[in-house]
Amino acid sequence: MLTDAGLNKVKEIVARYPEGKQKSALIPVLHLAQDELGWLSADTMDYVAALLQLEPVEVYEVATFYSMFHLKPVGRYLFEVCQTGPCMVSGADDIIGYIQQRLGINVGETTPDGLFTLKTVECLGACGYAPMMQLGKHYREHLTRERVDEIIEECRQKAGLLN
Amino acid sequence: MAEEKKLFKVTIDNITVEVEPGTTILNAARLVGGEVAPPAMCYYSKLKGSGGKCRTCLVEVAAGSTADPRPMPKLVASCRTTVMDGMIVKNITSERVQDARAGIVEFLLLNHPLDCPICDQAGECHLQELSYEHGKEGTRYEFGKRTFKKHDLGPYIQLHMTRCILCYRCVFVADQLTNKRVHGVLDRGDHAEIATYIEKALDNDFIGNVIDVCPVGALTDKTFRFKNRVWFTKPMDAHRDCPTCCGEVQLWMRGDEVFRVTARKDEWGEIKDASDGKTGWICNECRFEKKDAKDWIIDGPTHVSRHSVISANHYEKVIQPQETLPEVMGGRNPKLLMDIHSISEVNRPDIHLSEIEGPAHSDDFNEP
Amino acid sequence: MSVKLLLEKAHVEGIRSYDVYRREGGYRAVEKALKTMSPEAIVEEVKKSGLRGRGGAGFPTGMKWSFIAKPEGVPRHLVCNADESEPGTFKDRYLMEFLPHLLIEGLIISSFALGSNATYIYIRGEYAWIPDILEHAIREAKANGWLGKNILGTGFDLEIYVQRGAGAYICGEETALIESLEGKRGNPRIKPPFPAVKGVWDRPTVVNNVESLAAVVPIINIGAEEYAKIGVGRSTGTKLISACGNINKPGVYEIDMTISVEEFIYSDEYCGGIKNGKRLKACIPGGSSVPILPANLLLKTAKGETRYMNYESLSDGGFATGSMMGSGGFIVLDEDQCVVKNTYTLARFYRHESCGQCSPCREGTGWMEKILKKIDSGKGAMSDIDLLWDIQRKIEGNTICPLGDAAAWPVAAAIRHFRDEFEWHVKNPEECLVRNYGLAGYAEPRPIPA
Repeated sequence: MLTDAGLNKVKEIVARYPEGKQKSALIPVLHLAQDELGWLSADTMDYVAALLQLEPVEVYEVATFYSMFHLKPVGRYLFEVCQTGPCMVSGADDIIGYIQQRLGINVGETTPDGLFTLKTVECLGACGYAPMMQLGKHYREHLTRERVDEIIEECRQKAGLLN
Repeated sequence: MAEEKKLFKVTIDNITVEVEPGTTILNAARLVGGEVAPPAMCYYSKLKGSGGKCRTCLVEVAAGSTADPRPMPKLVASCRTTVMDGMIVKNITSERVQDARAGIVEFLLLNHPLDCPICDQAGECHLQELSYEHGKEGTRYEFGKRTFKKHDLGPYIQLHMTRCILCYRCVFVADQLTNKRVHGVLDRGDHAEIATYIEKALDNDFIGNVIDVCPVGALTDKTFRFKNRVWFTKPMDAHRDCPTCCGEVQLWMRGDEVFRVTARKDEWGEIKDASDGKTGWICNECRFEKKDAKDWIIDGPTHVSRHSVISANHYEKVIQPQETLPEVMGGRNPKLLMDIHSISEVNRPDIHLSEIEGPAHSDDFNEP
Repeated sequence: MSVKLLLEKAHVEGIRSYDVYRREGGYRAVEKALKTMSPEAIVEEVKKSGLRGRGGAGFPTGMKWSFIAKPEGVPRHLVCNADESEPGTFKDRYLMEFLPHLLIEGLIISSFALGSNATYIYIRGEYAWIPDILEHAIREAKANGWLGKNILGTGFDLEIYVQRGAGAYICGEETALIESLEGKRGNPRIKPPFPAVKGVWDRPTVVNNVESLAAVVPIINIGAEEYAKIGVGRSTGTKLISACGNINKPGVYEIDMTISVEEFIYSDEYCGGIKNGKRLKACIPGGSSVPILPANLLLKTAKGETRYMNYESLSDGGFATGSMMGSGGFIVLDEDQCVVKNTYTLARFYRHESCGQCSPCREGTGWMEKILKKIDSGKGAMSDIDLLWDIQRKIEGNTICPLGDAAAWPVAAAIRHFRDEFEWHVKNPEECLVRNYGLAGYAEPRPIPA
């Protein structure tokens, strides 16, 4: 299920912990699996369980606990907009409302073309650069409506190139 | 010369007991018994690692020890705090504890469905007892209660997640009694639930014990589901020669019919030790398959503590009521009990109630 | 001009790379510590420095180190807590992103002091790009002989690994962090035993915040005595403050804890005053968990004395009229901000982040959120305010870990200092719906199609 490069990385991660403590690798390996496969299906989690010699339920317990793991497929570009206090006082509600309007979806939904998913999240530790969102690996900070327009355009262009 | 093991003195609600070092406050309080023992919804002495989560057993430590008599600033979970020599603990004598506990009961009931009239656990539910003893009347919660999707756990065990208080006991049972755990706590916060994620049957030989450790009606016995109320059944101690488990059980009977089989429990609602000294966990075969009284050798009625509703059918040491009527009647034995008209003309015996149209009224008995 | 110990070189071009960091005097502290000091002497030095944990609790770091158990033959571990998730706090991110070698240097010295041969940096999962920066720095350090086997010929071996979390505030609590590092759900452990005795994989473990560990470098460089001279009272050294909210210059600032709150907010060296010329309404000075203070109590204590940016002064007056230094997440609210709404978002945060293990927190945080939402949207009753007060009171102190307290305090403080605003919401249900939504009429979620 994972690529060879991924499997090599798993070996490297497991080696960081004492013998027999390979369960410690679970969260990094789930990240790895999600990066490669987009989301964590039950099959993926069972596969990870077998990889790390765990019971499947141990993987389900962990994957459902942490908010970054997607247990359902998400759009190619996932907008995770912070809505906690410091972002809220800096106008996060406005940004969330604007993204909803621009993409024509509600929070938690994916656009019909499967390109965008909008989620609201709790504090991401970028309070000084609010409002902000996470897009893939990176943060997009100091959001304004114009900035949101640019980001959406950027994603559409990237997606166009890929297709 | 081996030094004599020093015992720790601990005073709980003004009663002093001596216990071995390493004993928890809760277990020390259980030695005193009665109300002094704090209620415990998640701690289970037979399950390693259990406790600390429900917070119903919080107590006040008024003095840490003789050596360091400072009070502990916060209330502590008595199930996970070990006693020190000279410790002074306040449970029911502490207003702070009573107040906090009432709060905990309210929290536990916040999302509990209160479907007791249709819950198989009613009558032996620890949450019922807890709210009766420590809760306040009514609720201040005005929002919708949390509900969960139904999960099927196989042919024997019914899971009602909405009733669950997340004590984790069933998870410990699966971890410690079976070789493969297939259920666990999924999700987090107020959405955390006991589940298998993808539907799977719990089918280990000993998994039925999750029913016995569940403090509420979240995990119940499908073979007993809606068959009877526990207080109509009569618990009997019985045993059989079982190749898998200790075979020492309680049969919940009505007449000769066995409605349910459970492990034997002590006064704290925990499974007792069997005669071999080990915890008397029972296997699925004993629990679910042996529903014929002939499968068992019956030892006699189970001792049930007097305050339990199950004691309504408690046949142990039955005492016949004394014949008091001859006493009050000056030695005369009544022949008939009791035709009132033989001694009184009240209500006019010539009027037949069955001939009155509609309900009887005092006017019907008035002399014309 | 204030003293800079941590961020002194932050603006040096290329400081992220080993060569520049080394050229600017980096790794001198490692040389000094490993070559001239014993582990015990380092612990003693950190104790003497008066350094207090920079994660939020403010527990003396050296003291924490001295508690570590040393059973024969059992490995010990140092774990760096980089799970920074307290709303308002983003200082550790700054340190790791711009000065990765400073943290690595601090980790080497601290690991040596504690006898940890495998040290883990547990970083919040959302900081997804920072592990690359740290791992690059670790590789550079290793290539230059600061990590690996027999460092500087002292016989001391050390590997540093970066472990990513996956979205859970609770993993900033040290025992939840340890559980997470073991590949489990982030449920805090019931203490005792404490990590110093039984931590990760049941081995003695010390968990320290990023900033605390970075601060070990200047302590070794300038010596504990010099370090302790900076600051005032039990607030020694420098502290990173991450300032945000309605200010002109949000960002991460290093302060020496002798400046006043007023100076910090209004001076151009720091926050640069309130944005758009508005007035200061309130401030949460130490991360979202600590009590919010109205402007009058923020700038002056209840006794009328100037309030300073240090542990003692910020907590002057207790919770009745004071607050806490906390993690240094400094959230400023201007006159237009709604305390009820702000408190509601924080309550939502804590409900979202509760692990769900113990009943007061699992049930209570959600209840508070619902009531606050009700009041914020103009549907509340006066009795709801008292009910909120009673709920927070029943959560506080009764939970397994401090998340319960962290959820209760903001609600308590908001009611304590801004009760009139809560009452205003109850009395003016229609107005409070438009208030603070002026920016975004369409920010109200649209109905979800069936």
